[in-house]
Amino acid sequence: MNPADAVSGIREKFGVEPVVDGATVTVALPVDQWREAGAWAKSTLGCRYFNWLSAVDWKAEGLEVVCRVENLESGLVLFLRTRLGAGATRCPSLVPVYRGADWMERECYDMFGVVFDDHPDLRRILLPQDWEGYPLRKDYAIDTPHAPYR
Amino acid sequence: MDPEARKVVEIGYGGNERLIMNMGPQHPSAHGVFRALLVLEGETVVAVDAVIGYLHRCHEKLGETLTYVQYPSIASKTDYVAAMTSELAYVSAVEKVGKFEVPKRAQYLRVLVAELQRVASHCLWLGTWCLDMGGALGGGATVFLYCMREREAILDLFEALTGARLLYGFHQIGGTRYDLPAGWAEKARRTVDVIEQRIGEYEAMLEDNAFFLIRTQGVGVVSRELAEDVGLSGPLIRGSGVEYDVRRAEPYSSYGDFDFKVPVETAGDCYARYRVRMQEFRESIKIVRQALDGLPEGAISSRPGVKSVGQVRVPKGEGYARVEGARGEVGCYVISDGGPKPYRMKWRGASFSNLAILPHIIPGHKVADVVAIMGSVDPVFGEVDR
Repeated sequence: MNPADAVSGIREKFGVEPVVDGATVTVALPVDQWREAGAWAKSTLGCRYFNWLSAVDWKAEGLEVVCRVENLESGLVLFLRTRLGAGATRCPSLVPVYRGADWMERECYDMFGVVFDDHPDLRRILLPQDWEGYPLRKDYAIDTPHAPYR
Repeated sequence: MDPEARKVVEIGYGGNERLIMNMGPQHPSAHGVFRALLVLEGETVVAVDAVIGYLHRCHEKLGETLTYVQYPSIASKTDYVAAMTSELAYVSAVEKVGKFEVPKRAQYLRVLVAELQRVASHCLWLGTWCLDMGGALGGGATVFLYCMREREAILDLFEALTGARLLYGFHQIGGTRYDLPAGWAEKARRTVDVIEQRIGEYEAMLEDNAFFLIRTQGVGVVSRELAEDVGLSGPLIRGSGVEYDVRRAEPYSSYGDFDFKVPVETAGDCYARYRVRMQEFRESIKIVRQALDGLPEGAISSRPGVKSVGQVRVPKGEGYARVEGARGEVGCYVISDGGPKPYRMKWRGASFSNLAILPHIIPGHKVADVVAIMGSVDPVFGEVDR
């Protein structure tokens, strides 16, 4: 599967225009197609390698979830991104498709407060369970006090 | 952890009761602060919950708060056992977004230190892993002390090069900060010659040891399909039969100029991961020699030394750069808004993804195997927790 085939497949299946840079194909999708796109990338494009998932806080425009999956045989890299919308925090989980999404989505929930629907075990992973706030959001000041210190 | 497994805790003496055992956070085999909640039936583990985050410093927030000049020396504190490659991942990402040139000599120097770092890191892994399986290896600490001796020789080289033994600050955006001092190349050649010869001694010590084979062969098997699904990288995925190495998949820093093999084993067990790393020692030494032989003349940085922390500015854009660290793919995703700091910086730590395999492979093994499996994953908790 080369990038050109992936682009025409994505255009046909999801009706969006991907951006190609070398072997990397970047696709911005509506959030309701998120899991479908993951499953399709795995089954049709052969992107079985789950590399990483994270989020970006675009302040007033809301959160964006980004995910990188790869086809290790052909070298195709699919970079999926979806905007959740201003103030929205819900996103479908990719765990039913990729088992590697488990810890990555927990980290994303921990740091950004993105709630992944259907995640089997959505808890904080790096911070204590009773931590307040989501540190990687732009409105979280780096010197936010957290007494008592532990 | 499977919520069902967590629920069934009965204390009794019937023989099939379940018990939750806490391994860590201060357990010598964890090689850092890591707590594993093991649900046991007798000696057999039925479920695992991995508790991480004890070393969390929120590197991603730090990266968004510190400038491009300040952060590289902090980047080395993610994977502090292989600091050269974690610094390299960050500066490569910034160079990719900002389209900074790197002179050929700097690229070769980066390869040289990255491969020496891989040897040093694998030495620490081999020593501590064998120490974990102690009693089986005829005297426990023997291999550990031998490996520390070899690692010291490489740390001496790094000290002569950068003035630091663990956290170097060697890379800077646009090149490297230091050039080789007089006589260093000769010393490096002698060091890798000695290490290469000693690798053979360790292989003979371990592979002729029946206890070592019993404790590693067929233990902690990761299938090819599971390895890709969870996103393993480095020696773990190559031990499961996937030929994936960033140095081949997306050559960076002139790796295309070097002649080396990517060792792959297909068994997927602890022994396969051990074999991959032992072969990597030799391949890394081969690359070190090639880098020393072919080191081009010229500048070591395309940028002048910085005079203020806000001096490096990166145009608007984003990019992801990855390097092959000792534990696998170390990547950095940088979004720039045109200022002196990144708008968003994401670490892809190899140890984080690699450690996520534990809940999938430990159930069904005995408690003693947990130690062997954890050591074969080679996690560095600075990189897991970031």
